Amino acid sequence: MPDPALAVSEEVSTARPASLRELFIAFTVLALQGFGGVIAIAQRELCERRRWLTAKEFVELLGTAQVLPGPNVCNLSLMIGDRFFGWRGAAVALAGMMTAPLILMLLLAWVIALVPHDSTAHGLVRGALTGIAAVAAGQIVGTVLRLAAPLKQHPLSLGVSLSLAAAAFGMMAWLRWPLVWVLLGLGGATCLLTYAVLRRRAP
Amino acid sequence: MSAALSPAASPLAWAPEVWWELFQHFLAWSLMSIGGAITLVSDMHRRLVAEAGLLTDENFTAAIALAQAAPGPNVLFVGLIGWYSAGLGGALTSLVGVMIPSSTLALTASRWVASRRDWLGVQAFQSGMTPVTIGLLLATGWLLAPSAQHPAALLLSAAVALLVWRTKVPLMALVALGAVLGALGWV
Repeated sequence: MPDPALAVSEEVSTARPASLRELFIAFTVLALQGFGGVIAIAQRELCERRRWLTAKEFVELLGTAQVLPGPNVCNLSLMIGDRFFGWRGAAVALAGMMTAPLILMLLLAWVIALVPHDSTAHGLVRGALTGIAAVAAGQIVGTVLRLAAPLKQHPLSLGVSLSLAAAAFGMMAWLRWPLVWVLLGLGGATCLLTYAVLRRRAP
Repeated sequence: MSAALSPAASPLAWAPEVWWELFQHFLAWSLMSIGGAITLVSDMHRRLVAEAGLLTDENFTAAIALAQAAPGPNVLFVGLIGWYSAGLGGALTSLVGVMIPSSTLALTASRWVASRRDWLGVQAFQSGMTPVTIGLLLATGWLLAPSAQHPAALLLSAAVALLVWRTKVPLMALVALGAVLGALGWV
């Protein structure tokens, strides 16, 4: 593992939002930068720029967020908001995540409906969206590589946990198994294995 | 009905019955949406487009494409489905319906987990899920990546992945670069 990744895992979350207002603004700002998905920018803003969470805490919250129904990033916002300001924080973080992007998107839908389908502008926008989609995919992969750093401190060894990550990837990307099977099957097995290791370590 | 011109509801449409219908549909879908509401798209299409005829197939597809491209969480496509079906009121009732049950559960469950952080079982769950979470997120990136038939776009994705991993270049700069390269027709 290269050095920048190591640096990520050793970061500590030293800061916290000073007020609900700051929390709302932070989530609005990050949501508005989240083209094609919010995970990448959320990790960058919350862990690295604002230092409200470590990469390890971020992945752990994301792990809980994804086994629950609901959009992962929205569940994540609720949990982070709740952690700092209780239920009011949860509501404010979620509102920050959704309000401005919703207004922007409805305006966009309204404008697009007015533009003729065969115009040059329409072609340019379609091209730009293709480019943004390619960037979004790359951002997610890059973020995964940063988030993999905490695996070095995983109770299962780095080798085992990387193999498990590869198995989850293969089941979703190649075998196209339903997510619920992967979460229950592989996720369940991984949790049991981790439990056994922690149990053996415990005094 | 002309296929080229899809009649979306007017933004300020007054349609309480449709709002209520959308609200009930999305309320029911909420707790089934493990992995996000996007996993239920085929069921939504069947119920809302094929059975209820609340919006056209074209608008349904546009809602998903637009929400993927626009900034913000992808679940906002639910708001767009409501918007095309019944204007602003439809957008709000659909989103509120899809968020209330899952958010209540997420908050309750995460508090339960947080208050038992010293339990071995909870620690095993949190650490245990980490590799799976990372693998699944990688799969998301992989599935969203351009196909090998578009080598330039794939190269752009790979370059972005490398930059995000190894540098702190602003993500918005990468998005802007992607938009420009795409508009010029280079990717």
